[in-house]
Amino acid sequence: MHFWQLTEVEIEALKLSLKVSLWSVAISLPVGIILAWILARKNFPGKNILDGIIHLPLVIPPVVTGYLLLVLLGRNGIIGAFLYKYAGIVLAFNWKGAVLAAAVMAFPLLVRSVRLSLEGVDQGLEAAARTLGAGPLRVFFTVTLPLTIPGIITGMILAFARSLGEFGATITFVSNIQGVTQTIPLALYTLTQVPNGEIGAMRLCIISIVIAMAALLCSELLSRRFSARLKG
Amino acid sequence: MKVDVRRKQGDFTVNAGFSGAESGVTALYGHSGAGKTSVINMVSGLVKPDRGHISVKELCLFDSEKRINLPPERRRVGYVFQEGRLLPHLSVRSNLTYGFKLTPQELRFVSFDSVVQLLGIGHLLDRRPSRLSGGEKQRVAIGRALLTSPAMLLMDEPLASLDPQRKNEVLPFISRLSREYEIPILYVSHLIDEILNLADQLVIMDQGEVIASGDPEDLLSRPDLQKHISIDDHGSVISGIVDEPSDGAGLTQLRFGSLKMTVAPVQAPKGMPIRVRIAAKHVGIALKKPEDTSFHNIFRGKIRSIVDDGGAFVDVYVDIGRLLLSRITRHSCHRLDLHEGKEVYTMIKSVAVSLGGSNGRQEKILQGK
Repeated sequence: MHFWQLTEVEIEALKLSLKVSLWSVAISLPVGIILAWILARKNFPGKNILDGIIHLPLVIPPVVTGYLLLVLLGRNGIIGAFLYKYAGIVLAFNWKGAVLAAAVMAFPLLVRSVRLSLEGVDQGLEAAARTLGAGPLRVFFTVTLPLTIPGIITGMILAFARSLGEFGATITFVSNIQGVTQTIPLALYTLTQVPNGEIGAMRLCIISIVIAMAALLCSELLSRRFSARLKG
Repeated sequence: MKVDVRRKQGDFTVNAGFSGAESGVTALYGHSGAGKTSVINMVSGLVKPDRGHISVKELCLFDSEKRINLPPERRRVGYVFQEGRLLPHLSVRSNLTYGFKLTPQELRFVSFDSVVQLLGIGHLLDRRPSRLSGGEKQRVAIGRALLTSPAMLLMDEPLASLDPQRKNEVLPFISRLSREYEIPILYVSHLIDEILNLADQLVIMDQGEVIASGDPEDLLSRPDLQKHISIDDHGSVISGIVDEPSDGAGLTQLRFGSLKMTVAPVQAPKGMPIRVRIAAKHVGIALKKPEDTSFHNIFRGKIRSIVDDGGAFVDVYVDIGRLLLSRITRHSCHRLDLHEGKEVYTMIKSVAVSLGGSNGRQEKILQGK
């Protein structure tokens, strides 16, 4: 067999990884922007605690995060049972669960990046827009958000890359089921555990690097374009 | 417009009450830190007073007792900031139309084309704000505020970041605004010359409080108010007209009642109203009529009063038909034995001429009315 000929298993892993990572970024983006805005602009009791909770997945072992997700959102978990009973949603051991695990792990990176960018937005510009007749919501969408775009792009790429590489939380929460929850890192790990798996592992390894590099270049290009637009 | 606001900010309390004209330029003058910007931020709605009342043209914007507090976007107040604050991600055209589009059609009385023409920014429309010079930015900022068809314009030292040449590029536009559109302007500045060029009414602030408000000439010449004016700006302000735009020597002759004064060339037609400010430190005093001097302007007068605040200098008010303030050393004052009622000669080294004037005066005379 030719070196570049991907096996069925590897193609499935690649497709699943892209699907999970894209969904992970898509669902964490709106929530991330809102939370970043709250953290950047508002002062309230418990702000440090909220900040801590968001950053927790960054500092605790991924396996712990995965286990907590299982306890909370597994079919018999505290929230999971409720979701299954009233909404028929099951997260454990399927691709949706993998998305959630990846999103939780990537979330702090996204929030950090967006928040940093938001804090750099001159609030004087927002005030100016208010005096021009724009309400708070319009100011957010026409002034704040456009000026935050470089940070949002960086945050999305970081979150995408983190989701693509997610291993510990995923394998703990949704297990390693081929074609269902087996993303590239899980497939790669599995291949290293079986005889004659080295070539497949190397292929997945190269694919991971290519996707990551492409994402990085993409973000660099977009960031540069937006920065140039802001500077005129 | 009526403003009566109180707000505590840390150790500093702003407690300002004044009423401004419903047309023309009302200047808010004071040292930096006097609370001027706080006051216009409260008028704009960006800062909330602890209590008080703000109304413009019968429209109540804020009233702590009636629990009225319109948000900035509903106040119809245009704000020109010191630093312009153009939206960097939008073109000049989009900056200009940002507020214009948000103004309901029936409230618009300013058209896009007229503003672009008035401010001379037609060639800048497709540029980004970062590609504009300081003067161009401020003109666009003025246009943007104007295009919301505001009931009032607030200007917070809009010329402060500009060099003198750019200032002269923007200043004439501001004085034309209030006349052309009949929008009252509340103009914050700490520069007397700017105020003399623009203001129809002056409000002097110090340490968060309004010290006095009224006619700029009266206030700036009043002895008791000098301490609220920065030391370099101590002096007297006199209104008159251009008598002879260019005499034989290429200088301009001004007339103040029966007084005549010769000044550096002024680009203005005969009969044009002007204000001159004579800095106290540029006025000298002699007991006999000086002869063979370089001074063009020497006037005889009688000492009205001498203000001695204990420093090395004293302020001498001399009545030459108008009240003239001279700042001389205490030593000279003793040497010349100056006292109230004594007849002296005043020598004026230099004067600053402003082409400003009371509301519409200038325009009417130019049109020959």
